Amino acid sequence: MTTLLYDGSFDGLLTAVFEVFEYRYKDVEIFGKNQYHQENIFAETHEVVTQTEKAERVFKKLEENIGRSGIHQLLKVFLSEDPESERIILSAIQLSVQHPHENILQNYADNDILKISKICKSVDRERHRMTAFVRFEKMQDGVFFAKIDPDFNVIPLIRKHFKDRYQDQKWMIYDLRRNYGILYDLENCDFFYPDEKLDLDQYEQKFHDEESQYQKLWQRYFIKTNITERKNLKLHIQHVPKRYWKYLTEKR
Amino acid sequence: MNFDRLKEKLEILADAAKYDVSCSSSGGTRKNKKGALGDSSISGICHTYTEDGRCVSLLKVLLTNHCIYDCAYCVSRSSNDIKRAAFTVEEVVDLTINFYRRNYIEGLFLSSGIFKNADTTMERLVRVAKKLRLEENFNGYIHLKSIPGASDELMQEAALYADRLSVNLEIPTESGLKLLAPEKNRAEMISPMRYIQKGISQYNDEKKIFRKVPKFAPAGQSTQMIVGATNENDLQIIKVADHFYKNYNLKRVYYSGYVPVLEDKRLPSLTTEVPMLRENRLYQSDWLMRFYGFKAEEILDPNLPFLDLEIDPKLSWALRHLDQFPINLQTADYQMILRIPGIGVKTAKKIVQARRFQILNMDHLKKLGAAVNRAKYFIDFNAGNVFLKYLTNQNLKKLLIGGSSSKFHNQFSQQLTLF
Ligand code: SF4
Repeated sequence: MTTLLYDGSFDGLLTAVFEVFEYRYKDVEIFGKNQYHQENIFAETHEVVTQTEKAERVFKKLEENIGRSGIHQLLKVFLSEDPESERIILSAIQLSVQHPHENILQNYADNDILKISKICKSVDRERHRMTAFVRFEKMQDGVFFAKIDPDFNVIPLIRKHFKDRYQDQKWMIYDLRRNYGILYDLENCDFFYPDEKLDLDQYEQKFHDEESQYQKLWQRYFIKTNITERKNLKLHIQHVPKRYWKYLTEKR
Repeated sequence: MNFDRLKEKLEILADAAKYDVSCSSSGGTRKNKKGALGDSSISGICHTYTEDGRCVSLLKVLLTNHCIYDCAYCVSRSSNDIKRAAFTVEEVVDLTINFYRRNYIEGLFLSSGIFKNADTTMERLVRVAKKLRLEENFNGYIHLKSIPGASDELMQEAALYADRLSVNLEIPTESGLKLLAPEKNRAEMISPMRYIQKGISQYNDEKKIFRKVPKFAPAGQSTQMIVGATNENDLQIIKVADHFYKNYNLKRVYYSGYVPVLEDKRLPSLTTEVPMLRENRLYQSDWLMRFYGFKAEEILDPNLPFLDLEIDPKLSWALRHLDQFPINLQTADYQMILRIPGIGVKTAKKIVQARRFQILNMDHLKKLGAAVNRAKYFIDFNAGNVFLKYLTNQNLKKLLIGGSSSKFHNQFSQQLTLF
């Protein structure tokens, strides 16, 4: 058994996959460095140095075999942070290399492929919910700020959506759990990695004067647009799971 | 901005608009221009859900609930003693923009009671849309309710600025409309729809020749029918929907179970329950027509004018056509696989893809997302299927009802995945 350790980036993972083929490892597991706790003391470890060239070659191959959308699916598995994600991605790539003329991602009767399709579904759902449930709050400096806490690491997947939608206002979306975010300053739309965690106590004191008024209007609208004769809380909770409530203006 | 007054108006005018279900934001394709606000994509986003489980994607309000008409089924009717209010154009624009900037909504759904006359009202609605587009550079979704009797010129302008237009038929039959809204006339309600339909097809023709023709109601038209306020049957309702899909290229027909809010001899009593299950069955039939290739006549026929409340219309069709089953998963064509109870569009597509790789069995079917407890009676695998012996069973329906305690049981809404 060989354990490959990579830096936790997608490029790093693709480099690791390349090296599995390069060194003809048979029995391997791949771990991101920060999740690795040396469980298997008999395993040999091999440290992977991320090389865009190697990653690029895997990428090219995959593009030929399963297309951009196939790669996108593997990226979603990666962003799911599923403890098995590295193993499943490796397995799919190996399958794809064996059957280069088939889109192996459609072979749903294979257990790992089925898992990929399930994980993608969950990640897509979370991605979609984040486009829906992000609530911007206007700050004194005019920036619209949103905090989120998604189950999967979806910020890279929602960037384009918000970039297309909000071009004439400055905005930030910040992932509280993973402590990073995206920032749009009317020109660029980039990731940012703050040194310190966001101080939630100080945060509300920096709201723009109008902010609480619009929040109140939205809350009243939410109540008034409901038809009480048709109340169906079970359905409501199915659509808006409780774990999102604390970030939703209308549920506070 | 006087926020207290605005809040009061918003409460009244959101409350009065809430019974209109013909509002969703899907179908818009307005792309953001550089540096402007808003972008609508083909599938809209539900930003939240009300406690009754309906999607909230648009700011849905009336411009005013003052109305000169007296339609029996409507809370805004002139004889109803309620608080009245009216937004200014600026107020609606301000709310839309500020809600949009905070990512609460996809856009605006603006309807109105009729004050003075049809044209004055329509003109005011158009002014809101125009201001949003031209002054605020807004590319989010706008749905305007056309006012019956509004002039062609105003409809033309409305179609330039709005993504979708709708006229609610409200009551499916002409006789029902006569009874409940004697001042309204069906021909007048339908004429703006005809105008928009012509405009859309003209737009599509011109687009082929000139590249830069201004958009014309790009998300099309929709309508709503209230179900259960008068006593039409489901066959009549489905036929009306089918007629409008075919002849007016409608994008959607919405069905709204009547909520009894007013005391009136002509209407069901206040204690009548909202016909949620019937409404849900109508939406299911509508799906069968739009996505499953069913014809209206296949879903119901004159001997059977009401939808079965116990089972969904697709299962009901299957039970009446047992001779067409079992269906072999390995060889049947896609259209037939779609007709198997318990198999939806997504699963049917996956089946057709996956069977190229291997011969499918019950286990695969489950993994692909089929509701196997229903599907198993209607399918033949190459290796046979032990459940097929029930296919000719007199009690198949009972068997199916017993076996299908789905997690959506008792939650009837158009928002659900229906099959
Ligand atoms: S015209 Fe419209 S707003 Fe006026 S009473 Fe009839 S349905 Fe209600």
